[in-house]
Amino acid sequence: MRIIVCIKQVPGTNNVLLDPETGTMLRSSAKGKLNPFDLFAIEQALALRACFGGSVTALAMGPAQAESSLREALYMGADKAYLLCDRALIGSDVLATSHALSQAILRIGMPDLILCGKQTTDGDTAQVGPEIAEMLGIAHVANVTQIEAHSGGALHVTAALEGCDCQYRLEPPFLACMEKDANTPRLPSYRRKKEMEAQSVQLLPLSNLMDADPAHYGMQGSPTRVVRVFAPEHKETRRFLEGSAQAMAEAMLGILKEEKIV
Amino acid sequence: MKRRLTEEDRTALAAIVGPERALFGASISEDYAHDEMERVRSFPEALLRANSAEEVAKILAYCNAERIPVVPRGAGTGLVGGAVAVQGGVMLDLTSMNRIRALDAENMTVTVEPGVLLMELAAYVEARGFLYPPDPGEKTATIGGNISTNAGGMRAVKYGVTRDYVLSLTVVLADGTIETFGAQTVKNSSGYSIKDLLVGSEGTLGVIVSATLRLIPKPQACISMLAGFASFSDAIAAVPKLIGSGTEPTAVEFLTRRVIELTEEYLGRPFPRFEGDAALLFTFDGSEEAEVEKRMERAAELCLKEGAIDCYFVDTDERTDAVWKARGAFLEAIKASAGQMDEGDVVVPRAEITAFVERLAAISAESGLRVEYFGHAGDGNLHVYFCRDGLAESEWDARLSRAFDALYAHAAELGGTVSGEHGIGYAKQQALRARIGAGQMALMRRIKQAFDPNGILNPDKICYETEVLP
Repeated sequence: MRIIVCIKQVPGTNNVLLDPETGTMLRSSAKGKLNPFDLFAIEQALALRACFGGSVTALAMGPAQAESSLREALYMGADKAYLLCDRALIGSDVLATSHALSQAILRIGMPDLILCGKQTTDGDTAQVGPEIAEMLGIAHVANVTQIEAHSGGALHVTAALEGCDCQYRLEPPFLACMEKDANTPRLPSYRRKKEMEAQSVQLLPLSNLMDADPAHYGMQGSPTRVVRVFAPEHKETRRFLEGSAQAMAEAMLGILKEEKIV
Repeated sequence: MKRRLTEEDRTALAAIVGPERALFGASISEDYAHDEMERVRSFPEALLRANSAEEVAKILAYCNAERIPVVPRGAGTGLVGGAVAVQGGVMLDLTSMNRIRALDAENMTVTVEPGVLLMELAAYVEARGFLYPPDPGEKTATIGGNISTNAGGMRAVKYGVTRDYVLSLTVVLADGTIETFGAQTVKNSSGYSIKDLLVGSEGTLGVIVSATLRLIPKPQACISMLAGFASFSDAIAAVPKLIGSGTEPTAVEFLTRRVIELTEEYLGRPFPRFEGDAALLFTFDGSEEAEVEKRMERAAELCLKEGAIDCYFVDTDERTDAVWKARGAFLEAIKASAGQMDEGDVVVPRAEITAFVERLAAISAESGLRVEYFGHAGDGNLHVYFCRDGLAESEWDARLSRAFDALYAHAAELGGTVSGEHGIGYAKQQALRARIGAGQMALMRRIKQAFDPNGILNPDKICYETEVLP
């Protein structure tokens, strides 16, 4: 089974600086790390490879420093890594990003299965995965907690929806977005790191894609216009309750209900 | 010396702290009748919540004159029955003396009251760019309790234990006088180090009302590494080489597949996969990430050379969480599997851990009790748990007593001792005598006598061996 896992490098902490002029994230302000949601996709891919054989390829779009996240995927066990990297991609919204990744997937070769993390911790849209599938014209399932073998080359996919689990029987190729905590991702291995020292991450510039028209990528290819980006205000409020223990307990229950905590 | 509190005593004591902070008899919660070692149980007759050194001084002066036992208590998270009022009397609750007095950035010290919780202290100094290195697992313990037991923790491999960070102590002595021992200096060669004697004295020599602690600059980078080995003995055999390698691990913990499986069951979540039946979990810290990573990779290389199957990086918040949360749940996981358990906190020379663990199997077979263990490979401190597994009370007590006798005897044979970091308290006095002999026990009692001639301070602890409880 050939599997491509789409991953992204995200800021390593939540304390990210924003460019006050453009409102875009100053990526150099924080050390990058592999999007935590993508770890579940990589683990699922490696588990399927162990079961069916085949290969796991990691694909990322991003600046040159995103290579370290692809290397991490290699140290976890991925066989190959591609970095889609081009100045023309800067400023891509989810549509342009999905188009770029789908083009890269076609360039690498259509796999049996594409896995993504449910969302990223920086953009939080959860749209890129399904949009890639739409652009490639294949089926997709989100919130996936499990992928297992099914009869006749099909796969049995479980997705957690609100209040229920949905079971699907899907024929490859399809795309699945892995839910948080679907598994316990393995740790990057030191032995693997040593083995992979010579292995390079392959760069994919825009010119390598079938659709190499810069107008379809980056700012130009992005219909989304960000009006304003601002750092969320950290607000802590504190209320003191007074009265008898009974009265305070009742008042507290009222507040918890009001805030929809209970 | 045991005598019951009279109405007059109650009135006098309540007058010192005020009626709001003085509880007597049945109004004292059952929580104060034991610590986390629940087998040692006894109610105090009075619970006084002191709010200042002066109040502590007045309480001690009164109790000393009236020969009333006084048991100082922090958060009650001890594991040896140390903060239990085995003779009744007064329990002195110090948890509301929880002010952080001053942080001296130039001298890198912090002065705190005894009721400050370890987690509060850590958060306070770390927010200001410092680190208080000792890190016992129980973060809700008070610093006063930590000092009283010379608590250790995982970072002991690199940074040492609580005693190494106590510069000075202000203590109320048994007669109510207030003295400050030690000084806020890096060096001190000025007579007997009474300060060091007070550290680890479990409230038997005086009541700590203020402590000045040494801080270090907070390391900017901290990463962990897991090394998988085919067997426990392979893993442990690598430890002395790693410690001597100059890679400076901050912590070296050992994990067995068996305890990991119990934890997975308890947490309902698999541990990150690793090859082998046992693992060493390292942390490395330092001021620069690249330098810390370099040391970690050198340690990984050395582990492979010493027979590790593979090493794994625990280098992001998520990975740290997955591994350390599980490590932090070991105790609860074993407890959940056992119903009830009792714990030994023996420490042996680092190189003897394997020999000691091999003897654990024999102790288990002889006593008929299931044994689980984990601990600090880097400093030889093992946490050994005997599991009740539904045994009837009398059988459990009999087997436990045999098991502990054997445990301490084996530890002593290998050059180890009774407690690495929990203390002696009430429960381990016989074991201590067996280890150090009657002569040293008598010397300890003479020291106690010098500090507390009337024997009012936390009586029947550490060096008495009297069985005052049924």
